[in-house]
Amino acid sequence: MSKTVTLAHGAGGRQTSELIDQVFKKHFANPDLTADDAAVLSVEGGKLAFTTDGFIVSPAEFPGGNIGKLSICGTVNDLSCMGAKPLYLSCAFVIEEGFPMEKLEEIAAAMEKTANEAGVKIVAGDTKVAGKGQVDGVFITTTGIGRIQEDVETSGFKAKPGDAVIVSGDVGRHGCTILLARNEFGIEADVTSDCAPLWGTVKSMLDTTKNIHVIRDATRGGVGTVLYEIAEQSSVGIRLNAQDIPVADGVKGVCGMLGLEPLYLACEGRLVIFAPKEEAPALLETLRKGKYSANAAIIGEVTEEMPGRVIMKTEIGAETLLPPPGGELLPRIC
Amino acid sequence: MEETGKKTAREILENYDGPKLRIMEVCGTHTHEIFRLGIRKILSDKIELISGPGCPVCVTPVGFIDEAIMLALDYHATVCTFGDLIRVPGTKKSLAAARSEGAKVQIVYSPIDAVEYAKEHPDEEVVFLAVGFETTTPASCLAVKKAMEAGLKNFSLLTANKTMPNAYQALKGSADAFLYPGHVNAITGTRLCEELAEQGISGVVTGFTAKEIMTALAVVVTKLQEGGNFFENCYPRVVTRDGSKAAQNMVAQYMEACDSEWRGLGVIPGSGLKLKEEYRDYDARIHFSLPPVQGKANPACRCGDVLQGKCKPSDCKIFGKGCTPLHPVGACMVSSEGACSAYYQYGGIENE
Repeated sequence: MSKTVTLAHGAGGRQTSELIDQVFKKHFANPDLTADDAAVLSVEGGKLAFTTDGFIVSPAEFPGGNIGKLSICGTVNDLSCMGAKPLYLSCAFVIEEGFPMEKLEEIAAAMEKTANEAGVKIVAGDTKVAGKGQVDGVFITTTGIGRIQEDVETSGFKAKPGDAVIVSGDVGRHGCTILLARNEFGIEADVTSDCAPLWGTVKSMLDTTKNIHVIRDATRGGVGTVLYEIAEQSSVGIRLNAQDIPVADGVKGVCGMLGLEPLYLACEGRLVIFAPKEEAPALLETLRKGKYSANAAIIGEVTEEMPGRVIMKTEIGAETLLPPPGGELLPRIC
Repeated sequence: MEETGKKTAREILENYDGPKLRIMEVCGTHTHEIFRLGIRKILSDKIELISGPGCPVCVTPVGFIDEAIMLALDYHATVCTFGDLIRVPGTKKSLAAARSEGAKVQIVYSPIDAVEYAKEHPDEEVVFLAVGFETTTPASCLAVKKAMEAGLKNFSLLTANKTMPNAYQALKGSADAFLYPGHVNAITGTRLCEELAEQGISGVVTGFTAKEIMTALAVVVTKLQEGGNFFENCYPRVVTRDGSKAAQNMVAQYMEACDSEWRGLGVIPGSGLKLKEEYRDYDARIHFSLPPVQGKANPACRCGDVLQGKCKPSDCKIFGKGCTPLHPVGACMVSSEGACSAYYQYGGIENE
């Protein structure tokens, strides 16, 4: 097979089959993977969760993962947050002409590994090749179906005054990693992405208690954006304790230099959980035993007053508003 | 030890009950941290903090933006700039608006990046917008040095570099004491601050952690109660009496003092820096024979009064209405270190 992806690989003929066989089928093989126009799936009764997500990260490879791993984690985590065990995924690739075959294979291998870990099967896919310059490297869209576990009803509308606010680990790692990987600042720091599939984490929590009001994965806008979303949707206030928010030293350092708020840097393997205060200690204990949630922490509580707002108790004990999301990420200049 | 120090500082600041004190922080990073930490909320209401003119974006005059836009649109130069500046309104528009009309505007993170850009694009005339205080000026000088070494003829600086000492003189009546910017003093040393104290201008230099800022404010309050003029170095782990000789020498080699216009404060004699005669080829105003430009600020904007502590951001009629971080009218709303932007972002419970 050629060393790079060519337009012919997307033309639907022999070379397309070759690409599918030698890269995708090789990594995604499972009995349900369709050779027909659509996968045929048997699904038991109950409620299903269904979601889709597109991935265009630049650079496609970064410390802690690549776009392939990310594309599985993103959809798996969205399903998991609904209390749904991820069952099946589809994936659609748009590949830039000239993309190295070796890189594509690395991406597929990362997808295989991550899907296996999450216990999800890739059952359908699509491959398109776009001319040079029409896309940047490779774009991936994944779509997933999961079965919602019995007695689980999590939703962003269900946060209640008295709930504890928990994060499943230190915040802002993915965003910080990508910022550094783009190499625009000439800063080097030991930071890796938190990108991880979180069904195992969610399942361990649901095995501990079903009495959880909200589970949401913090992605693009970081934990801060999730908090404002929940405050708005549930019409509640949120009070955070700045000193309880876990931030890795490397992330702290970079944020200090560039004047960024870690709460607004992207995560790809972090959950924000709202659960009644009395459930919090057991949940925290469970989380801290988990592979991806050893640094879990209770960072605040839900209040009745100031609905729609997130208040931060700062390190000197004063209360300020966490600036709402929406500002641009501009570096400080002095 | 640390705990006791913090508590004492805090008690001083919470319980002060003498004549009203006005303390001006002149550094944008201090402004931002004071808001982020909520320091105003724990101060006695007899202590007022004023956010002074220490954010380079905020003090950049309208005319400078007009010059940059003229260079980009009329002279077809590629303008390289720190990101914050592109949203600062000029007389008619911002650099961001000029960019949408086809002006070439490149965001860089260091003046050296602009030199690299000029090297890689020999067909373009590249102008770096040199704004900033003692902390950023050495890097602009270094850029000229690198451009000379590389024999570049297509690189120049549009200078608006500023120095603090004369600004303190101009602001003398605005505050009882200054919180000096730690980063600037790390470069300049503290002799100037000692001289200012002799001339009746008091202040302390401090760092940027909660403890450093609180301690410095407590020192100011205590010293003001004692009476007399004073200077204290509350940031000795970074700031020395002599400062950074290397940085000072770099600036002294390439630049000389000039009068400079500050947004809201007008022209302050000797408060700016421009390239020396022998480096005139790298001075964009000379390189392009730019005509003199007189900018006109939006008359509704009160950034000038805000910078002098004559009014609070929320006293301005357009604050939060016509002027927001997404659509700034005044420069203080642009940078996250600007007083208006900080007021707006953290304003929810800060002002209640």
